[in-house]
Amino acid sequence: MTKTAFPPSIKSRPVYADLVARPGTYHLVIADGEGAGAVVDLLAGAAEPAVMLAVMHVVYAPGPNGTDEAAVLQALGAAQFYRAPTIAAMLPRIARVLLDAHMGTQFYLAGTEGLIGQAEREIMATGFPHTAIQKEHRGSTVRRVQCVHCKGITESVRTDPFACSHCGLNLFVRDHYSRRIAAFQGVNIDAEDPGLVPAAVERFK
Amino acid sequence: MSGGAKLHVRVAEVVPVNDLIKRFRFVTRDGSPMPAFSGGSHTVVEMDDHGTRRLNPYSLMSDPEDTSGYEISVRRDEAGRGGSLFMHTHVQPGMEMVLSHPLNLFQLDGRSRKHLMIAGGIGITPFLAQIKQLTHFGGRFELHYAARNRELGAYTADLKSAHGDRVHLYFDEEGQVIDLKSLLNRQPIGTHLYVCGPKGMLNWVRSTAQAQGWPEASVHFEEFLAPGTGTVFQAQLATSGKTVTVGTHQSLLEAIEAAGVDAPYLCRGGACGQCETNILHCDGTILHRDHWLTPEDQAAGTKIMPCVSRFEGKTLILER
Repeated sequence: MTKTAFPPSIKSRPVYADLVARPGTYHLVIADGEGAGAVVDLLAGAAEPAVMLAVMHVVYAPGPNGTDEAAVLQALGAAQFYRAPTIAAMLPRIARVLLDAHMGTQFYLAGTEGLIGQAEREIMATGFPHTAIQKEHRGSTVRRVQCVHCKGITESVRTDPFACSHCGLNLFVRDHYSRRIAAFQGVNIDAEDPGLVPAAVERFK
Repeated sequence: MSGGAKLHVRVAEVVPVNDLIKRFRFVTRDGSPMPAFSGGSHTVVEMDDHGTRRLNPYSLMSDPEDTSGYEISVRRDEAGRGGSLFMHTHVQPGMEMVLSHPLNLFQLDGRSRKHLMIAGGIGITPFLAQIKQLTHFGGRFELHYAARNRELGAYTADLKSAHGDRVHLYFDEEGQVIDLKSLLNRQPIGTHLYVCGPKGMLNWVRSTAQAQGWPEASVHFEEFLAPGTGTVFQAQLATSGKTVTVGTHQSLLEAIEAAGVDAPYLCRGGACGQCETNILHCDGTILHRDHWLTPEDQAAGTKIMPCVSRFEGKTLILER
């Protein structure tokens, strides 16, 4: 799976880079879907993959498009491997791992923006600087969107506009991103002319 | 006027802390409250040393919420340019002085789970204010403070009695050394590290943290650089059409000010970035000594921090 190229956008839109092995006392790798490929590449580029694997914990969930490469990651031979059925199911485990984690830990996030954003939020909650968390996008570009009106979150949004799964308003999906909420912002598109809604376009796949 | 608004103060107290350190307390001349500040802030103290204008930055050590006065501690530096000697030998209670407003280049990161502080010698002062701030807000901290010996370890007894096990003391002459690797390894994720002390300690702590996988953004340090001495050189100021000669013990910024040019500044220690000046022409070598410019910027040779950096060579033309 090739890496994702996003068109240039506003400053708040997250950008991603390739995962690179960094010196650390512990390596926490969190991935979903096609993000497994980024983890394989990370280790292929590492100077001492065996040393890294001996202090590595890999947490993985299938992607929103159904891609499940858990077997590939399990075969890498990290000290710990855990496959969660969903991102939601993986988050409590990440929080528990962070309770015992020490400085010197390196974080590697790979996969969809929903996975990257939510894992990043758990790590940031400890006070760890988000700028030091490595993030590589792979796979589906579906978005996690917060309705700015009812604050409800809709996962795996494919079209723009779309109907909020909580309040039903027709929402325009902005590139404006909240790191705190780990979601893009959705704004009512027909507030002034109710019912005048442009045709939905599949912008995120 | 560069350097921001000034505080017109009177010296309320001068207290010898030990053989090398004196504490000074400043209050406003009109009795109005001083501005509150945040732990880690410094003030630039203006001195009129028998015709020589000296502006030295000192960390505020008093309680940030105490608006009745500011306190600083000054270590006498016999080999320095004279600011600390002036403070020690000439500043008396009742004297009127001028301070800059507090400026913080060493603030606590409020998002962190724990604050790990490492102090060397007089580098303890910003931590005294930070610890008082954390005491108000309930933040978690751990202080590791190294001094040459018990006599020169300022405020060790106060810290120990107020904060007990959170304070760890090390005395060089008793062979005590911070076990830094182990200390850094056992910090919970989200800890931020703060270090203030001599250059050797700063380099040791920063490089050890980096080698053990600590992100740069989690490691905070403060070091006020003295301008340092060097050979005499000339600089042309293109905007004001003047040429200044910088003496051996003078900084480029001081020479620019002495020529009557109002150049911007804040910390005067190579840390804040305020005095950054464009170089229009340089036939020679810029001796960069600041913490502000990136290594790339320093190599490019298009900018200089005149508060600490110098020049050696034929011609230097600045946009000032």
